[in-house]
Amino acid sequence: MSLWFWLLLACVLAYAWKLVGYLVPARLLEDPRISRIAGTMTIGLLASLTVVNAAASGQALAADARLGALAAAAVALVLRAPFLVVVLAGAGTAALLRVMGWN
Amino acid sequence: MIEWSHALSQVRRACPDSLRRSAECTAARAGPGAADVKELLASPAVRVGLSISIATGLYGISFGALSVTSGLDFWQTMALSLLLFSGGSQFAFIGVVGGGGSGIAAMSAATLLGMRNGIYGMQLNALLRPEGWRKYVGAQVTIDESTATSTGQADPDEQRRGFWAAGIGIYVLWNLFTAVGALAGSGLGDPKQWGLDGAAVAAFLALLWPRLKGREPIAIAVVCAVATVLAVPFVPAGVPILVAAVVAALIGWFSHGRSDEGLEPDVEPYREHHGHRRHDSPVSGVDT
Repeated sequence: MSLWFWLLLACVLAYAWKLVGYLVPARLLEDPRISRIAGTMTIGLLASLTVVNAAASGQALAADARLGALAAAAVALVLRAPFLVVVLAGAGTAALLRVMGWN
Repeated sequence: MIEWSHALSQVRRACPDSLRRSAECTAARAGPGAADVKELLASPAVRVGLSISIATGLYGISFGALSVTSGLDFWQTMALSLLLFSGGSQFAFIGVVGGGGSGIAAMSAATLLGMRNGIYGMQLNALLRPEGWRKYVGAQVTIDESTATSTGQADPDEQRRGFWAAGIGIYVLWNLFTAVGALAGSGLGDPKQWGLDGAAVAAFLALLWPRLKGREPIAIAVVCAVATVLAVPFVPAGVPILVAAVVAALIGWFSHGRSDEGLEPDVEPYREHHGHRRHDSPVSGVDT
């Protein structure tokens, strides 16, 4: 139930962000630093989420099959594979490494 | 205003080809009625919008499957796609929950990642000038891809068509494929056996990748990744991501560089149509 609360709050705030751009006069948001922070934070958050999902296990760092998935995804992206193919490469590699005994 | 439209053209780097084609299209415009449908299908922006809808909508499958295996139920998954509707933020929410983070950490990560949609809203408001209810509906479909489809066009009518075609198209298909993925994912059994945790890693890297054009964004990504690794042992799950967000915000506040850094779509609408030109274009030295 508590997860529902945070989930719905996230939905409300996501819409609020979107709407703010339409309702707030442009000159209030004109500071290029605002747009820059939105961008650098996007990069920082996605980099962080990548690392956490690849190498964190609760409060510990772990080296397991997910690192293989990270490498496979990087190769797929260098080869300009579409999003879904990249995701499948990550899943397939992690699954394969586990079959081979690397957790 | 001029500053923003200048920034826009830098964000999207409209191609000469699309300018020419949309100009031709506008010149060939006919009257209302059946001609409208014809005109709509002949519109380059609508065609781009529909193809980006399919490409983006399809990866809703991976979101749906990962969401239910991260511990959300079917309707929580659907609520994220129907109500939150912003790919990166949705993945962030389930990524934090799946990693054992709290609801408040998941909400915070998703919300911080949604900030750029506010910037897009401001750009689109200046560009399309929507009135009345269109503002409120348009806001919900204001995401990376609809913004990129719109701002990649030069003609105002094409910009409007591109925004709505991509926005509504993606909304419909993203939700449809989220449901497909969620239903498929809940029947999978042990998600680790299928490598779904590896799929999440790949998804985040794929979301990050298009934004790493040039040395500066790569440096930001590396600094934030290191900050995350350092924070993991010392703070509860989910919080390292917020630490990285603070680091990134400080970098954005104190450094000077492109004001459109990181504001690239996950799926580039004009990539297929212009032979990967964006990837070869110089990325640094654009200064506002």
